This record gives sequence, C-alpha cells and structure tokens, in this order.
Amino acid sequence: MAILVDSNTRVITQGITGSGGGAFHTKGCLDYGTKMVGGTSPGKGGSKDANGLPVFDTVSEAVRQTQANATMIFVPPAFAADAICEAADAGIELIVAITEGIPVLDMVRAKKYLEGFGARVRLVGPNCPGVITPGQCKIGIMPGYIHTPPQTGQKAVGIVSRSGTLTYEAVWQTSQRGWAQSTCVGIGGDPVKGMDFIDVIDLFQKDPQTAAIVMIGEIGGTAEEQTAAFIKANVTKPVVGFIAGRTAPPGKRMGHAGAIISGGEGTADSKIAALRAAGVHVAESPADIGATLEKVWKH
Amino acid sequence: MKIHEYQARDLLSKAGVPVPPARVVDTAAAARQAFIDNGSALQVVKAQVFAGGRGKAGFVKLVKSADEAQAAAEFMLANRMVSVQTGPEGIAVRKLLVAAAVDIAKEYYVALVLDRAAGVPSIIASAEGGVEIEKVAHERPEAIIKEPLHALLGLQPFQARKVAARLGFTGKQAGTVAKLLLNLAKVFLEYDCSIAEINPLVLTKDGQILAIDAKINFDDSALFRHPDIVALKDDAEADPLEVRAAKAELNYIKLDGSIGCLVNGAGLAMSTMDVIKLYGGSPANFLDVGGGVKSENAIEAFRILLSDPKVKGVLVNIFGGIAKCDLIAEALITAGKEVGFSVPVVVRLEGTNVDKARVLLGAAMKDLPTLQTAVDLNDAAKKIVAAAG
Repeated sequence: MAILVDSNTRVITQGITGSGGGAFHTKGCLDYGTKMVGGTSPGKGGSKDANGLPVFDTVSEAVRQTQANATMIFVPPAFAADAICEAADAGIELIVAITEGIPVLDMVRAKKYLEGFGARVRLVGPNCPGVITPGQCKIGIMPGYIHTPPQTGQKAVGIVSRSGTLTYEAVWQTSQRGWAQSTCVGIGGDPVKGMDFIDVIDLFQKDPQTAAIVMIGEIGGTAEEQTAAFIKANVTKPVVGFIAGRTAPPGKRMGHAGAIISGGEGTADSKIAALRAAGVHVAESPADIGATLEKVWKH
Repeated sequence: MKIHEYQARDLLSKAGVPVPPARVVDTAAAARQAFIDNGSALQVVKAQVFAGGRGKAGFVKLVKSADEAQAAAEFMLANRMVSVQTGPEGIAVRKLLVAAAVDIAKEYYVALVLDRAAGVPSIIASAEGGVEIEKVAHERPEAIIKEPLHALLGLQPFQARKVAARLGFTGKQAGTVAKLLLNLAKVFLEYDCSIAEINPLVLTKDGQILAIDAKINFDDSALFRHPDIVALKDDAEADPLEVRAAKAELNYIKLDGSIGCLVNGAGLAMSTMDVIKLYGGSPANFLDVGGGVKSENAIEAFRILLSDPKVKGVLVNIFGGIAKCDLIAEALITAGKEVGFSVPVVVRLEGTNVDKARVLLGAAMKDLPTLQTAVDLNDAAKKIVAAAG
C-alpha cells in the first residue's frame, strides 16, 4: 500500500554533515520513525553523526554496509547533480533530492545518466520537500505531525505537488477533516526534474489504498497540460487540483526556477482549463482544496 | 540574469558569431565619434535597455551622419523610454550601441533555449525572423524548426547542417550558418544560459550572414560558477526594493498592487497573491522568505513591504515547516514597534510552534492596533481586502 516509500525503506542522507541542512533533517526523519541507516560526507567516513548514525565517504560503501535503498540529498547545488549520479551508480533505488539551486544543465545531464539505469532508479526532485508515507516513512523536510496515517483498511488521499508549503496546506485541510494521506510526493519546483505528475499519478491510480488524488501545480512549462491528457485516458479515481500563479506576471521567475511564464507558455489559466477539460476538479482558492475534495470524494 | 544587447554581442562575437561593427557609448559626443569610427554610411543608434519595445518607442534610430548620430544619442540619453514593457514612468537610458546598418535581404530567427517538455536544450529556428517568434509559433507552428540537443553530446555538426538546410541555406552560406549555430550552442552550454537568441539573423544583399540583435539570459542557479558573467550585471533597471531584498536573502518581486504579502514557500506565496486577487484586492509583491529565515531578514522583509508607498495593507501567511511561527511572530512584532504599522496587517499562521506564536501575537495586539489574525487563507484575504480598502 502507499507508493514509493514504506516502513521497510532504508534511507541514507548524502550531505549528512555540512551546511545544507542534512544533519537537522536527518534527525527530523529519524524522530518520525524513518529507517535512517547512515549518511555520506566525503572525507568524514568512519565517523558517526550527531544521531549516532555511521558516516561513509561514498554512497557505494554506505549501501554495502547498510543495505540502504533510498537516499535523501542535501548536498549543496554545485555538487548535487553528481551526488544524484553517485546514488544511482551505487544501487540506490529512490533518490530524493532536496537541494534547491542546482544548475539546469547539470540536471539535464544527470537525467540522461539516470536513463541508463531504466526502471531500477527513481528520482524525486530536485528542489523538493521530499516524500512521506504517513506513519511509515518520511524522507524530507515536511512537518510530520500534520499528516494522518490511514487506519487499517481506511482509504486515503494521495497528494502530488510542485510546491512545499502549499502542499502542507492541502495536507492540513485533509487531516482536519479526519482523512488520511496514503503518500505525499513533492516533485519540486525545478524545470528539469525526476518524477513528474504523470509518473506519480500513475502510481496512485494503481495503488489500492489511494482512493482520491490531489495535484498541486503552478505556472511554468506544460506538465499539467500533459497530465490532464493522461488523467483523461487513464485515471478513474477523483482528482482535485489547484494551480498557483494566476496573478504572476510573465517573464519573471516566481521563486521556483521552474515557475516562469515564457514565450506565452505555462500560464495558470492554460493549466486550469486543460485540467478541467479532463475532469479534474480545480479549486479556485488553495483554502478550498479540502472542501472541493469533500464534494467529489464519496466515501 | 540578463545582460544588455552590447554585452551579448560581445560574447557571441568572441565565440565566432559574425556581427556588424559597433561601439558602445554613454554620451552624445561619443556617439558622434563612434559614427565616424564605424565608417559606415548608414548606421543605427540603439538604446541599451532590458525592456522591449525600443523600436516603437523611438529608441532605435537609423542615422546617416555623425550629426544625426549625436542628435539621436542626445534624445535617447535625455529622455526616459516609455514602451508597453516599461510602464508609464518609463526608464532612463544610460548606454547606446552605435552599429553599422546592413542591407537586409532576408531575416531569420535562431535561438538556443531549454525545451522543458523535452528536458533538453533545443535549437529553435525560423526563416521568419525579425518579428515576435511567439506570434509565428502561435499562428504558423510549421514555420518553426526545433532541433533538440543531445544531453551529453550537445549540438552535433550534422544537426547544425540539418537546420541550416531547413532554413533554406545552400552552398557556402549553409556552412557559415551551421558554424554559427555550433558557436551559439557552445556559448549556451559553456555559460549555462537559459536563452541565447539572435533575432534577426540577417542575410545581407551582398551575401553576408550577420547577427543584428542578440539576447542572452543566464541560469541564475549557475552564476556561482561564472563570476565573469556576474561582473556584467546591471542593476540600473532593477527595482531598488528588489535589490535591497536580494541583499537580505529574500525572494521578492515588486508588483503593482496595494496589498503586501509575506509568505514562506514560493507556491504558497504565489497562491497568496492569487487569493488576494480572488477576493477583490491586488497584490503589491511576491515575497518568499524561505524556510530557514533569520530573524533580522524577516524584520527587513517587513520594512521593505512597509516602505512601498503603494502598500495599503499587509497579509502575512506562514505555514511553518522548517520556518518557525514564533520567529515570524517575533519579527512582525519587532518590525511593528520599530516602523509602526500605519497600515492594517492580517496574520495567518499555521504549523511549527504556532501555539507559541499565537500567545505572542495576542500579547502584542494592544501595541499594534492595526493587527488582526485569521484562521485560514480565505479568511485572511477577506480581512485584508476589507481593511485595506
């Protein structure tokens, strides 16, 4: 049940020491109950981090010693694409790249490198809050307490989003109504990324525990429009959406590297229209995501 | 990051892209001399500004003599340029490009840009240059040539020859254009550009291929490895509040409205602007303070918002994940006591340490009479729109 991560996932942190936030968030995940098994920091191998976790010089060594199958990357932008490639090479199956500010062309190249590993490797991010299956596994920076794990047999909502804090709004609204989330996936705000909406929604559609889907998009690119076509053809579960950036002026990068309307493409209105035409219920306000879901999710 | 036309020309020229002779000047006297030094009978004086619409605004002028060049320069340097992209107050012109004009036989469009759907940079080219490529793309998409680069191999020579042929070039000219495309791609990849555009690329009546106008933007995320590009930065057209915000590590974009926003997270910040509009107000700015925001930067954020004369109210929307609600509340209270909240402020907090924050705000209400709290984003937007009037 749930997608991508569960109570069996074994996670390392790349950049576990250092200024990128690795140490702080490793503790956050550990406290949540994630199986954090170690981390890497080139040159600091052989030591232990503040939580007593083993630190390795390389991901390869970390995997060999801990049987880790997932990684959370906090490596600074200049070296993060290399860290992504290192993880794939070392046998990691799920790479969650938190780092914001990776050069676009670095990601273009890293993605090409990852293609060589086929379905064996999945990348989420970069510039994302991470992935959480409530009650089982948190890989990322999201506040765990706002999420609700499903009771046995309880159906849950799957959430996929390009944003961080805006996702927390959606999670909060569903939790407040007593609903549970199966898995929440932050695909991140960058223009060149790993899993996109379609990849995650495909998994939600196939996941027996996920009974409804919330997708949160924003201006820039055409992923939401392509997702609309996918939903129309393949998705039977109710989908609620919200698109941020209706009031964003064209040509300006609105925080996220990928949130930019350029060449007339990537407007919020275009995405909202495409999603509605595909049967997605798009909320007018982010505060109405829960209420919109209430109307369309019969359970 | 943007650079001016003259800087883009320079970069391309150094990379082997042919450009007409030109000189950069910042006085009318220098423009006069540039005309003489260029040696061409017909030349063009072009304002070096980031805003578009130069031609229509009268800031691109053909000149036939040193006198005319001087007069054109005098006009451009003394008057603010007003175009559809500048707003009514216009912008000051500080630098001019004085370039030899060319006898145009045909205009083309060539550019290197990230194709987001494909996930790789692509050549975008068209035999219909000189005009808005977006218009051509919209009206006649078949007139646009797209050639994706290989993520690791870049632009390969056979691809450059393919595009040159599809643009209609033959013989020696096809070779020149192919070489130009390879050089353009080299610049794009080496400098981490987000766009490298030549519009128009001109075929002159005597068979030369020249880049008449160039626009290059750089990936902000890659600037750390291009100090030489960072050195080209010109903040003159940037909004002073935006420059100030950048120094405080705040992601701030000035807009036109009257309700200031302070939010953590780009998606949430955009949505906050959207909800203000939904309830009949207009956002004055985009502001993402980020997760690990330091106290002094949060206070500076409030100061920046409150120093925008158009701001009649402020909406604070924080969903604390990494960001702590009590830190934001303290910053708000400190800023309020320091600069005084002469305008209504509505605060909506949720997440990490929210209970502590609510206690702090409750205690501060008597000192900050224009402060209100809200339970969710709809409530917050309604309240601030009503209070700001």
